[in-house]
Amino acid sequence: MHFDSSTLIPVLPEIFILTMVCLIMIIDLFLDESQRQTTYLLTQISLAVTIFITLLVSSPETQVVFDGSYIRDPMSDGLKVFICIISMVAFVYSKEYLLKHDQFRGDFFVLGLFAILGMMVMVSSASFLSIYLGLELLSLSLYAMVAFDRDSKTGSEAAMKYFMLGAIASGMLLYGISMIYGATGHIGFSEVASAVATSGTDNTVLVFGLVFLVIGLAFKLGAVPFHMWMPDVYHGAPTPVAMFIGSAPKLAAFALAIRMLVDGLEGLHADWQGMLIILAVLSMALGNVVAIAQTNIKRMLAYSTISHVGFIMLGILAGTNEGYISSMFYAITYGIMAVCSFGIIIAFSRKGFEADQLDDYKGLHERSPWFALMMLFVMFSMAGVPPTVGFFAKLFVLDAVISVGLTNIALIAVFFSIIGVFYYIRIIKLMYFDKPVDDTPFEASIDTKVVLSVNGTSLLILGLFPASLLSICTAAFG
Amino acid sequence: MSADWPILSATIWLPIIGGLMVIAIGDKNSNNARWMSLAVAVMTFVISLPLYSGFNPGTAEMQFVERAPWISYFNIEYYLGVDGISMPLIILTTFISIFVIVAAWEVIQYKVSYYMAAFLIMEGIMVGVFSALDAMLFYVFWEAMLIPMFLIIGVWGGPNRVYATIKFFLYTFFGSVFMLVALIYMYFQAGSFDILSFHTLKLTLNEQILIFIAFLMAFAVKVPMWPVHTWLPDAHVEAPTGGSVILAAIMLKIGGYGFLRFSLPITPDASSELDWLIISMSLIAVVYIGFVALVQQDMKKLIAYSSIAHMGFVTLGFFMIFMITANPDASTGALLSLQGGMVQMISHGFISAAMFLCVGVLYDRMHSREISSYGGVVNRMPWFAAFMVFFAMSNAGLPGTSGFVGEFMVILASFRANFWFAFLAATTLIIGAAYTLWMVKRVVFGEIANENVAKLEDITGRETFILASLAVAVLALGVWPGPLVDVMEVSLANLLQHVSVTKIP
Repeated sequence: MHFDSSTLIPVLPEIFILTMVCLIMIIDLFLDESQRQTTYLLTQISLAVTIFITLLVSSPETQVVFDGSYIRDPMSDGLKVFICIISMVAFVYSKEYLLKHDQFRGDFFVLGLFAILGMMVMVSSASFLSIYLGLELLSLSLYAMVAFDRDSKTGSEAAMKYFMLGAIASGMLLYGISMIYGATGHIGFSEVASAVATSGTDNTVLVFGLVFLVIGLAFKLGAVPFHMWMPDVYHGAPTPVAMFIGSAPKLAAFALAIRMLVDGLEGLHADWQGMLIILAVLSMALGNVVAIAQTNIKRMLAYSTISHVGFIMLGILAGTNEGYISSMFYAITYGIMAVCSFGIIIAFSRKGFEADQLDDYKGLHERSPWFALMMLFVMFSMAGVPPTVGFFAKLFVLDAVISVGLTNIALIAVFFSIIGVFYYIRIIKLMYFDKPVDDTPFEASIDTKVVLSVNGTSLLILGLFPASLLSICTAAFG
Repeated sequence: MSADWPILSATIWLPIIGGLMVIAIGDKNSNNARWMSLAVAVMTFVISLPLYSGFNPGTAEMQFVERAPWISYFNIEYYLGVDGISMPLIILTTFISIFVIVAAWEVIQYKVSYYMAAFLIMEGIMVGVFSALDAMLFYVFWEAMLIPMFLIIGVWGGPNRVYATIKFFLYTFFGSVFMLVALIYMYFQAGSFDILSFHTLKLTLNEQILIFIAFLMAFAVKVPMWPVHTWLPDAHVEAPTGGSVILAAIMLKIGGYGFLRFSLPITPDASSELDWLIISMSLIAVVYIGFVALVQQDMKKLIAYSSIAHMGFVTLGFFMIFMITANPDASTGALLSLQGGMVQMISHGFISAAMFLCVGVLYDRMHSREISSYGGVVNRMPWFAAFMVFFAMSNAGLPGTSGFVGEFMVILASFRANFWFAFLAATTLIIGAAYTLWMVKRVVFGEIANENVAKLEDITGRETFILASLAVAVLALGVWPGPLVDVMEVSLANLLQHVSVTKIP
């Protein structure tokens, strides 16, 4: 096989981050407790440089390398940049939590970087095999991260559950992939797409494989009825891990859906559209209704994630470029909102106090008006109230869904988002209308405060100027 | 006509930015926040005045237009402009906002800067609602309005504020999201979110009826019309005085404005088809809610119910036009009907604001809204009593006050539609007089009821200023409504023109 070193250029971000994660792993071994900050700083620097390299190698054209198993296109560039940005923000908050709870260890960041590498591979996959590879790298890192706090029983339980269900999901996905390989004889997305186009779509084996593919995807996204792991993992995992699972990997899962269903199997759109409609409607219904009953804010956010996943799927199932754009916009917006909500939980926690009960938020406005305001932005954004960016995310998705004539689905979506509004404004009620129950001053390091402020206000700024973020998404599906 | 500088943008953004600056000033010295807010509110009012002086009443075209792309991929624009329908409402908003700030001067002591800022931001957003000509921009302002109001009622409200404010938020949010779906649907028919292009859109009757119902859910909740009015008494009772004033004087008008800007011109055939529904809802509001007001024990609740009854007049005026135009010997009745509704909106803006401020004056002194805890207030507060009686009279529709003009126009027009509408609408003159004057009798007149009343002191200069300004406005509009009617005449006639043409392809 002829090797051309220029084919390595599109893969530079992944190569760099892989090199760095190996280096950091070794460096971390030789550091003693007092120098642990070095690991953290190196992690942040490598992510920043990765963003830089991604921008450097980005271009409007599509490049496929490694014998059709790796693709670099505007979508992968955009998603990688946002995965890295959101992860950087998540690491700032994580450091805050780990320091507060005396768990500041290097392996958290190493595992995190491996997970990010997995996400980047997923985003840039051009074949079923490489996407599975990326997914497993991501998942295995996350399983380990959930069990990060060795002494926590709920943490270990959550990790076990996550691992079991995740393994089943991977099995489903792999089984589906093998079916599709059997039906088409290919594993590359473009070859599969052309095989589907020539052989027609009434191939039972193909549709059978698609069902398993969608099940695997739904597991990873956390769509109903494959959502069972989400509340337990969010609840049981340490807050920074829940934050990490809930933010950037959703972007990767979005890429998973686009790569498999759109790049590979767009010919079967009529088949997967119906499946996604069921998943999306169930997710929005169950997520929004069950979230009302939660008293733990992490659990509540898990159910809220399920409902957001429903919205992300709505955009994809429209099956038009506009739909994919709106869905990508939604996924990125969701990542920003999720990381901010957990950031506030972390900033608000202290040693021996997780701040994960809803009642802990009573009177937050009295204790810290500024961060209460940030939480207000997050909640209104998640509820989809303008002028926050969450509204535009919902608007674009509804737009895409109505444009393909699924007005009824749009009506169902807005109906459940009304129900959703209730539990979001309940948080605001607790923060603003109730008196505080404890008066411990709000303590967070300066970098957390700054990042949190930027993160929170960005929801409003992006809401006033959504065109900037939208242009990145439109470039991805030009 | 377009001015050389963006008046509308300035009127929207000045109070919003001013509000943020007030928060930045903070509560260390509350007086700074107060004066700053007053300065911003007065400046906004002054800036909005050229909208009236520079307005060309001879055309139905949009004026002071500002247009720039906002989200070009979805063809959403930052598109502002006013016509004779929206311009008076903008001036009303900027005018009333000054009094809201002044009324809170000494009363609000808890987090003053946030309170003032919430009202200023609210003012900007409300002006935005009235001036937006892009449906999505309209919707953004429309929903954004809920956030400050939600906080105002929830933070500074009465004992049952949490229930009231969540009810308020969910009701109005529920109403509006279906409008969002309708707007997106029309976007795909028209190719843009330009409201004026919606006006010329061809829609089948079936589509029109569905869109009409979506709009109705949004606007009827806001107006509010019977039977979706139940959030209003709760919200009013719990809201601080300023919140009640803004709710009654301006937010309710936004519902009425929505009918004129969206429902009537976009779905005229559906409106004509379903006008019986709106008319009966309006008449029920006028008569039944009037009786409900009669039995209230709480002053604020009484005024809240009277607001619902008065807004019933507005919607009655707007939707009677189809029956009037169907009547062969009524040529100008329809225009009269629309004008009556508009004048009623503006007039109710002044009167309800004044009534709530009157209750606020009493509440600040006695901390009670119960009618039964008052009596003989006139003996201790003669000036206040004079104002309160005056506003009560105008609320009841006394000739010479603005309350009379709108009601009279609507009743006059309703004769052209159906005698019984006129009959039922006219009963409000009796019921309205009954509940308002009976309340005034029990509160203001009679012997001094208890020792708390005996300790009351008459209104301060600040309160006199507020009430006197509003009294002047009410009188001026009542004696000489000409200027107001003139600016809106051409726009309303143009609207009528739109409505009379079928939109069915």
